[in-house]
Amino acid sequence: MGLIARRVEADGIPTLSMTSAFSITRSVNPPRAAFLDYPLGHTTGKALNARLQREIVTASLAAFQELDTPGAIKMLPFRWSDDDDWKREVMEGGDERTERSAQPMYQSEADRRLAQDAGECSTCVFL
Amino acid sequence: MGTRRAPVDHIVRTRELYSSLGHEPYRWVRNVDPPSWTRLAKPLGDCRVALVASGGVYRTGQVAFHHRDDVSLRIIDTGVPAAELRTSHFAYDQTDARIDPNVVFPVDTLRALARDGVIGELSPRAYTFMGGIYSARRVRETLAPELSCRLAADQVDLALLVPV
Repeated sequence: MGLIARRVEADGIPTLSMTSAFSITRSVNPPRAAFLDYPLGHTTGKALNARLQREIVTASLAAFQELDTPGAIKMLPFRWSDDDDWKREVMEGGDERTERSAQPMYQSEADRRLAQDAGECSTCVFL
Repeated sequence: MGTRRAPVDHIVRTRELYSSLGHEPYRWVRNVDPPSWTRLAKPLGDCRVALVASGGVYRTGQVAFHHRDDVSLRIIDTGVPAAELRTSHFAYDQTDARIDPNVVFPVDTLRALARDGVIGELSPRAYTFMGGIYSARRVRETLAPELSCRLAADQVDLALLVPV
């Protein structure tokens, strides 16, 4: 996403990159970012906690006023839990990626049928 | 408060994972040159905000992402009920995203911020794709210009980018 941020910003639209992968963001170097120290898959908050999600997104958007150096990263103050044991578990976890197949991978069979019934996907952009 | 640990280094984590599988290390993009910088032209409360997310979000009725370097986009009407949002991604634990898509696609959050005047409005179209695209060249030459062009056409004042 950092590459996209750099391009969009170069074309004249200000961007804010949310991130929970600090080292990757540091390396790809988008114009401005907000780092949330959460496990991947929760870039804008915890499930079913609308108030926290709002706090996180609001604090992130404030980076537009607060950051004035290209490549700066705002460190958000939120913690996933009182201890950081989840980080050790992430580092020790194995490979949980799915097989690389060129077939669409639906969340459910019902989704597959809905997509088939809908016919050609006018809101899909195949590049 | 328990022990504080440094952020997980996902570059190191990927290197160790690939090495354990006998793969060559992934060469992450490293941009040492400073990025371009465009100042926000007006207060947040007057801005039309775009949402771009790479957690593999699609809406029911759309074709889901495939898991072999899919670089396609989905256009999602930001009036979408969250109950019609789904995820398809090869690399992250989607359990929570499937319970509440707002953790990777904050559409309810941004609608609420627009309603309360924190942002001016949410652009009517959000764009989603499946991150983890192996080829940086394809992102740079195909996906990035396509998205940039669409955001310009949508006349947005800023883009909130939500990777996973």
